[in-house]
Amino acid sequence: MKQDIFQAIADPTRRAILTLVAIQALTPNAMAEKFDMTRQAVSKHIKVLHDCELIRPEQSGREIYYHFNAKKMQEFDHWLAQFRQGWETQFNQLDQLLNTIKKTENE
Amino acid sequence: MNNDLLFDFNVDKAAKTVYITREFNAGQSLVWDAFTKAELLDQWGAPAPMRAKTKYMNFEVGGRRFYAMISPDGQERWSVQEFTSITPKTNFKMYNAFADKDENRELPGSEWDYNFSEQNGITKVHIVIYNESFERLEKLLEGFKIGFTITLKNLEDLLASLS
Repeated sequence: MKQDIFQAIADPTRRAILTLVAIQALTPNAMAEKFDMTRQAVSKHIKVLHDCELIRPEQSGREIYYHFNAKKMQEFDHWLAQFRQGWETQFNQLDQLLNTIKKTENE
Repeated sequence: MNNDLLFDFNVDKAAKTVYITREFNAGQSLVWDAFTKAELLDQWGAPAPMRAKTKYMNFEVGGRRFYAMISPDGQERWSVQEFTSITPKTNFKMYNAFADKDENRELPGSEWDYNFSEQNGITKVHIVIYNESFERLEKLLEGFKIGFTITLKNLEDLLASLS
């Protein structure tokens, strides 16, 4: 998984764009309007989001609509799941340690 | 064995905060010790096959724990924990930052808040981790991943040597 995804989500504007796009596919112009930004500024954000595949473009007539790529977000969640797994392993180790200490104290 | 014990893990991406809740089948005093005494922390504080090694720990407000997570091939990932608040047996807070082996911190770090409570002999630990940046969260995760990756690599090597 590309690391860029963290960079992508770390920015509040890009998070807002993702939230909107998740509800409804948008053209760059529509995004610029909603966020009161220049087309140039929007293009930069789109590029970051597109590079890490969080959004994907689809041509519709003369317009390009950007769609939310839910699959990519799941990958990110999967990555976090590994983080959770690390904690689970540690806590299971602590369970064993606590049991050992309790047994020793009872002897 | 511990199927009845609660384990909650939640990430609020927008708030850059991780929430962890876990119950332990032991009294609050013992669980508190397991989280605040170096000799106990080193016995569980890194997910196998990694292990934790504390160089020193002054568990007092303003004090520090300087420790490493060590992977099976000897790679050391050092961190500094600085204790910012301690209410014995019920709460402590710390500022955690990765560091080099000479204790030079890489800022920004993350803020950790630990709460302990006991009911019917079961101790509940609630941990809130606030990261100033997502890059940090990524690094935290990376620390865990090193161990798994090496294990897989070892397995690959073993399989290759057998075939």
